[in-house]
Amino acid sequence: MLLAMKIKAAITAAVLASPIALTVAPVAHPVDSAITEIAAKPFQYRLAGDFSRDGKPAPAPLREALLAASIKIMNRQVTAGEYARCADDGRCPKIPQASAMAERPMVGVSWRDATAYAEWMTNKTGVLHRLPTDEEWVFAAGQKVREEALPLVDPVDPAQAWIARYEAEANRARPGALDPQPVGAFGRNENGLLDVGGNIWEWTNSCFLRMTLEPTGAARVTNTNCGVRVVQGAHRTYMTDFIRDPRTGGCAAGVPPANLGFRLVVEDKNWPALQRMIVATFTPG
Amino acid sequence: MITRRIALLGVAVAAFVVAVPALAADDLNLPRQAVALVAPPFVHPHEQATKEAPKIIEFKLVITEKEVVIDEAGTKFQAMTFNGSMPGPLMVVHEGDYVEVTLVNPETNAMPHNIDFHAATGALGGGALTHVNPGEQVVLRWKATRTGTFIYHCAPEGMIPWHVVSGMHGTVMVLPRDGLKNREGKALRYDRLYYVGENDLYVPKDEKGQYKSYETVGESFADTTEVMRKLIPTHVVFNGKVGALTGKNAMTSKVGETVMIVHSQANRDSRPHLIGGHGDYVWETGKFVNPPEKDLETWFIRGGSAGAALYTFRQPGIYAYVNHNLIEAVELGATAHFKVEGKWNNDLMTQVQPPGPILPGKSSAADAVVKTR
Ligand SMILES: [Cu+2]
Repeated sequence: MLLAMKIKAAITAAVLASPIALTVAPVAHPVDSAITEIAAKPFQYRLAGDFSRDGKPAPAPLREALLAASIKIMNRQVTAGEYARCADDGRCPKIPQASAMAERPMVGVSWRDATAYAEWMTNKTGVLHRLPTDEEWVFAAGQKVREEALPLVDPVDPAQAWIARYEAEANRARPGALDPQPVGAFGRNENGLLDVGGNIWEWTNSCFLRMTLEPTGAARVTNTNCGVRVVQGAHRTYMTDFIRDPRTGGCAAGVPPANLGFRLVVEDKNWPALQRMIVATFTPG
Repeated sequence: MITRRIALLGVAVAAFVVAVPALAADDLNLPRQAVALVAPPFVHPHEQATKEAPKIIEFKLVITEKEVVIDEAGTKFQAMTFNGSMPGPLMVVHEGDYVEVTLVNPETNAMPHNIDFHAATGALGGGALTHVNPGEQVVLRWKATRTGTFIYHCAPEGMIPWHVVSGMHGTVMVLPRDGLKNREGKALRYDRLYYVGENDLYVPKDEKGQYKSYETVGESFADTTEVMRKLIPTHVVFNGKVGALTGKNAMTSKVGETVMIVHSQANRDSRPHLIGGHGDYVWETGKFVNPPEKDLETWFIRGGSAGAALYTFRQPGIYAYVNHNLIEAVELGATAHFKVEGKWNNDLMTQVQPPGPILPGKSSAADAVVKTR
């Protein structure tokens, strides 16, 4: 597992080392009512990705985790109006949205669009803005995280698990409205975050990993795909980074997220980035 | 670009870990045969009828994402391919054989892929068991229980049509063990086989009406989807490119030779027609258990299927093999040529009088019309 964390740390380091992050002068932390600071405390974290043991699918391990420092995260999702300003600046791809929706969360964005917006915000404010990692998102989402243990696929008879998974997915509560709703329509969690697990799924910076569980309980990464990112919301899923509309169709079974949006994490310069990223105190599970 | 850098970094770190592929124990006690695939319009050597017992036939498909040129104007296209060609290679086996495909998605690709075999049974044609990320491979085995020509294609969740129209399709041909037969049960054979894979392409244009090009396949996704949704292709081509089967690349044959033409269209209907020839025996739906139709002028390929036609050339010359929606053939690219050698048969056709001035006084169709007035 340590290796997996190292990879994520390295990836995040790459984001942080982008020229933009280095060339901006640090300024005072912006007073923004949209940012909530959550103090670090232990939380349960089920690892993202695909796991196998002895060549057979295995459940993702559940670990006790702790962020190395407190996290500053937007208490709401980025709105269409905010995104439009980045697009008007020519720094984010233009994505048509009904103007009446300007005060509502931005949807129909890819990981690439969201990342462009974070870079633009970083440039504009001089404070590093980025997407949260999956660990950070889970921590901030708190009680809103839905633990859903889907049946494992047995290669000898994969069909039973597929049928069970299909039924479980079909039985998921679906948001009543598909269109973005006014900010706060889906409530506030114990950390003060609005609309977690509503009808908008949120991009994270975490890459898709395929891992093998060793007899010791350690997880060995066999494949890292950063073209696919972890997406979080009412359930966790994985999406290709340029997808804006998460529809599915045809023979691909399963229920996709209703919408793709995002919220950002902000970092003070004096928080060593790498240090913040390491999720400590893993126990073999 | 951050995306690319991160992706590369992720790959570099992961490369420290040596993946140990877990191969399932071989539970089938059958002989194995590894077949090297060849790019269309050609096909690997194979028996048309076989006396051998069923085998495990091994194929390898390597997925390649790459930029290709699709017309004479040099229009660039971000393609996704099996083994580098559009369509992917034709695979030939016999009924009762096991098809064992190693699907490789090299690290140099950006996207996850999989494969759905229309000839296979269960698991979305194998699609549910073959998802591979860049840097992974998977081995799938399925039993060829039905004879005929069947499409295979990539089918990743949420992006199926885009992967298919970007080039990820091909054909499997499952022959009856005792070979092809006509309606009366008489054996049918071919001297050559050509595989024509038709592909509808949807290339975005800029404000000036010029085709747009993209640095990576991912960047082309949003615009291409917009064009796709209008259902009007910008190109309809055989074998990946306007002119891929004309001129120097024209298919060849000779008088007296019987040619099998396998024609696939993974997405959209087509209507092949051999100008100046016919379909002697045509399995329009491609399934050999149904008797072939005879003497067709044009046949219909349903989108998502492959058909097969046998024709024995009787005259030398140049033949055009087209999609007989002639707008698609001429304006959009769906034209191939056959160059056929041999001796002209005057009985079948002769030019009684070459074009010349209209002669008065002689009995002719034109005069007849005048006389009846
Ligand atoms: Cu694909």
